[in-house]
Amino acid sequence: MAQSILVIGGGFSGMTAALEAAELGEEVYLVEKSPYLGGRVMQLNKYFPKLCPPSCGLEIQYQRIKNNRNLQVFTMADVVSVSGEAGNFEVTVKLRPRHTPASSVDLSRLAESLSQDADNEFEFGLVKRRPLYMSAPFAYPPRYVLDKENLSEEDRSKLSKSKQIDLDQEEKNITLQVGSIILATGWRPYDTSNLTNLGAGRIANCISNMQMERLAAPSGPTEGRIKRPSDDAAPKKVAFVQCAGSRDENHLNYCSYICCMASLKQARYLREQYPDSEVDIYYIDLRTPGRYENFAQQTLADENIQAIKGKVAEVEEDLASGDVWITAEDAISGRKLKTRYEMVVLATGMQPNLAQETLPLNLSTDEEGFVSESDTSGIIPAGCAVEPLDVMKSAQSGTAAAMKAIQTVRGR
Amino acid sequence: MAEKIGVYFDKSSLEPYLDLESLSEKIQNKWSSVCPVVRIVDQLASEQGHSTVKQDIDAGEIDAVSICGTSPRKDQEFFDFGQGVSMDRVNLRELCIWAYRNPDGSLPGDKDQPLDLQGMAQDYINMSMNKLQRSEVPEPEVLESVKKVLVLGGGWSGINAALSTAGAGYEVILVEKQKQLGGHAAQMYKTFPLKPPYTQAQEINLQERIEAVNQHPKITVYTGSTLQSLEGQPGNFTANIQVGSEQQQESVGAAVIATGWEEQDTSYLEPMGYGKHKNVITTWQLEQMAQKGEIVRPSDGAKPQSVAFVLGFSHVLEDFARQEEEEKARLEEERKKREEEEEDEAIEEPFQKTESYRHLPYTTELTTMTALKQARYIRENDESALSYIIYEHMTASGLNEHYYKAAQDDPGIMLTKGMISSLEESPQDRLVLGVEDNLIGEPVELEADLLVLPTGLVPTTALDPVVQLAYRQGKAFPELELFDGFADSNYICFPYETRRTGIYTAGCVHQPMSLAKSERDAQGAALKAIQCLESVNRGVSVHPRSGDLTYPKFNFVRCTQCRRCTIECPFGALEEDADGTPKPNIARCRRCGTCMGCCPERVIYFDNYSVGQIGAMISSIDVPEEMEEGGPRILILACENDAYPALDMAAQQGKKWSPYVRIIPVRCLGSVNTIWIADAMSKGNDGCLLLGCKYGEDYQCHFMKGSELCQSRMQNIGETLDKLGIETERVRQEEAAIDDYERIPQIIDNFVDEIFKLGPNPFKGF
Repeated sequence: MAQSILVIGGGFSGMTAALEAAELGEEVYLVEKSPYLGGRVMQLNKYFPKLCPPSCGLEIQYQRIKNNRNLQVFTMADVVSVSGEAGNFEVTVKLRPRHTPASSVDLSRLAESLSQDADNEFEFGLVKRRPLYMSAPFAYPPRYVLDKENLSEEDRSKLSKSKQIDLDQEEKNITLQVGSIILATGWRPYDTSNLTNLGAGRIANCISNMQMERLAAPSGPTEGRIKRPSDDAAPKKVAFVQCAGSRDENHLNYCSYICCMASLKQARYLREQYPDSEVDIYYIDLRTPGRYENFAQQTLADENIQAIKGKVAEVEEDLASGDVWITAEDAISGRKLKTRYEMVVLATGMQPNLAQETLPLNLSTDEEGFVSESDTSGIIPAGCAVEPLDVMKSAQSGTAAAMKAIQTVRGR
Repeated sequence: MAEKIGVYFDKSSLEPYLDLESLSEKIQNKWSSVCPVVRIVDQLASEQGHSTVKQDIDAGEIDAVSICGTSPRKDQEFFDFGQGVSMDRVNLRELCIWAYRNPDGSLPGDKDQPLDLQGMAQDYINMSMNKLQRSEVPEPEVLESVKKVLVLGGGWSGINAALSTAGAGYEVILVEKQKQLGGHAAQMYKTFPLKPPYTQAQEINLQERIEAVNQHPKITVYTGSTLQSLEGQPGNFTANIQVGSEQQQESVGAAVIATGWEEQDTSYLEPMGYGKHKNVITTWQLEQMAQKGEIVRPSDGAKPQSVAFVLGFSHVLEDFARQEEEEKARLEEERKKREEEEEDEAIEEPFQKTESYRHLPYTTELTTMTALKQARYIRENDESALSYIIYEHMTASGLNEHYYKAAQDDPGIMLTKGMISSLEESPQDRLVLGVEDNLIGEPVELEADLLVLPTGLVPTTALDPVVQLAYRQGKAFPELELFDGFADSNYICFPYETRRTGIYTAGCVHQPMSLAKSERDAQGAALKAIQCLESVNRGVSVHPRSGDLTYPKFNFVRCTQCRRCTIECPFGALEEDADGTPKPNIARCRRCGTCMGCCPERVIYFDNYSVGQIGAMISSIDVPEEMEEGGPRILILACENDAYPALDMAAQQGKKWSPYVRIIPVRCLGSVNTIWIADAMSKGNDGCLLLGCKYGEDYQCHFMKGSELCQSRMQNIGETLDKLGIETERVRQEEAAIDDYERIPQIIDNFVDEIFKLGPNPFKGF
């Protein structure tokens, strides 16, 4: 029997699962494909309903990781093969090279001196980044990464002279013996390029809710000042389009759980930043379960925030001003509404990462890519790999997964 | 107590901004008796750096290490020298070099080594030397844990908590007040779907689980039993249980509270005709009828042909809202009066019920799903029958959407958004509903044999102290009113945090949730329970300082029985004897140091954190005799969990601030003892700034009350300063969140400006 636990995915669920098991005394490996831990919550400005910063909880998690000798973290790591069964898995993990030192050495000047730019995935394309970069503003581990694929010849030769850069570092495989695997592969925002009917990708001032998080975040490309992309103007009249992709057979055939609360929260960002701003939220149903009801009520008590039950039919750009026209039908009054906005936020939903990616595991997933929980395989899904969840429920799910993994490895 | 300290400079992060040769020389001169080793190392955060230090330790040259280089938040893995060695990190890169700005506001040139920066570094290194000399290598206090968990409540959550605890190898005492296990789940016919494809209501496999509980050798079940009191501390609680007419005592190491919910008082449903019309019932009544296999109209026992489920009627609840507001204001008034009348601070707040009309909207997700399910029951009961669901918001969140869709596909289920504008009874005892604001476009009238209203769910902790703690601070969980009576966590990231260590809640007493989520929640709470008792058994703290080996120690000889610590501890860790001497329960303690901060006699300390230690660090600040020449000196005490990382991040973002501040991280502002402020001011420092977390409602303090308690201490010290002739404006507490990296430098600079305006501390030079 192998006693260790492998956690795949270092987002909030995965980190929680790993830490909870490790603090009980179990030996845990945490494998994350990106260069940093924290996953999607790293990209959020504030959490609903407390409007508190995600980095606050993440800081505690990182401290717990640093102080725990039972937990070993691998970033830029992919699970490439799994054999065996519950209680006895052999897992091969591929570690991709960073080409930089294993410390927090400051490479900002070197990075700045490079010429080539690449897409900044973390910022959802709102800005570019250098090929030598911090993958997130306050990434943990706090280390630079070199994106070797995106180097110009000139940059390459410059880097080859630096003592801190190892261009020849190669990927390597490690093998882990584990008794149980927690699958916390998380989610991605639904690809807005599928939503051109709602203006995504077609209209500059039509952004996604995750882009909005970055625009509002002090660590984001605008240092937290919400500006619309076309001209950096402060948007004073903004529409939120709910269920952008969600609850739609042609896109995501389920509700993404968080988007109503996310839009209400983002309406608050706007109202706080621009006291004269107005916000309209077009929704099918406002879903604010449990005590989130309080947050919804407080938010909607603001006269400048209107919730309109109605499906958005058309989104058009006013070419001269960059403004956006929304045509919708008010489902209650039956009236057709055509309104001009300075910016539109699409409340795009959550898609499980496993809808797009595969793992070398025998998993039972539904049509949408969510993993079913199974009690016997020794593989325990957690967090948004199972269903759309908010952060608190992801933490609960991660903790529960740790419990199930412990039962598996203890073989009782 | 460190006697041989090795000081190591990290060249890679400090040069060329600091003159390391000169710093080394100064240290060797100043600290020659305690500092046998001073080295400048090319790259400390590397394997080579680590082994350089390790060699000195192994050779017996040193017994403590001061690492001068990057922030303590970084590169930790290179500076783990084992638990027997005291280690301190001096943050010279982030908080000195990166944040540095010349006094005139300009930035130093690339090759400059400004004297102010050099002096700042020197101060921080001196602090480290003083700190290490007053640090003991922590000796954990290991308490032998009882490896047994009390699970209170034998409903669905409790059963699952018991099974997973036992499944992980621990014994369980399961206490249920009813004669049988099962709780509300036992009275349910089916549950809405909990697994893919989420389209069919499903049986609850309750009996199977009850069977598993009854047969599990590690689970002891007490039915028809109640918890009378829970005494002691994590690792070793005594649960006094009333079993029938007998008293039973059980030792347990931790507890899971899964006492579930009660039906909301139906008087909240009266405006919707409940109690007035015979054929108006609740979803809970319908559920029980379904379970018995006979869904009938109360008026005539006939199978209903049409049933209306009304889910939202917020407009008729407004009166309740008003009444409850008034009641709340009245209670607040009473509380204030009581406080004024009583000289001593109240030992414990009396338990107050928190049931409210609001529990109805909080239950919306569950009542929505229940209506979708019960609409099918009606169809099952009589296939020609019709169900209407009138909702405000169809809260079929997440994958529950599939079940909503399935209901839409049933031709016998009509769903519409709408608001009930009128309700009358027809001569045939039918209900006639006026529905406005619907999706049909105009008001409609709807007639139904039966009207079903949602059952709001009220957590048991809103009605009763439940945990029955034999704690000085009270029987119930504190601050339940913040969570509307739910025994919930204040922390989004840490859903199992309560202010009572070792006691975790699961299921509907925690938050309103489905059976599937309750099952998960129970597993999570069970894990936290066994994690806690194992931590106690290893002598380490639990969250948020998990793994911390230190704990507060008391020098009782000097204790004056003022009882401040027993009142202020956010976790109720301190009991007291008849004289008022505190009796620590270290397994309840989270090591925040609030007790140390509030103690006027300064009798409380940790092995590596004490009043004397921080006091000595404050004394390390070299205060220029003339403010006009060397500038003022301002002490910043920063919460190490949020404000300190925010300062680090600000520096990383290229923010700069005044070079006249000296920053000392503290465990929590709650641990700030006012003597530190007095010391700083008497040593000639010109101001003190405290940076801590938001307090009040939606507080952010990881130790719940720390920043709030500190604030009230600062008000008191203000009076003392005033008497001494020191302007109270020289001491200030500011709220700072971890993402305030833009604001924090401004807070600092504004404060420094104000100090300049006030001029030098009148005590300077004395």
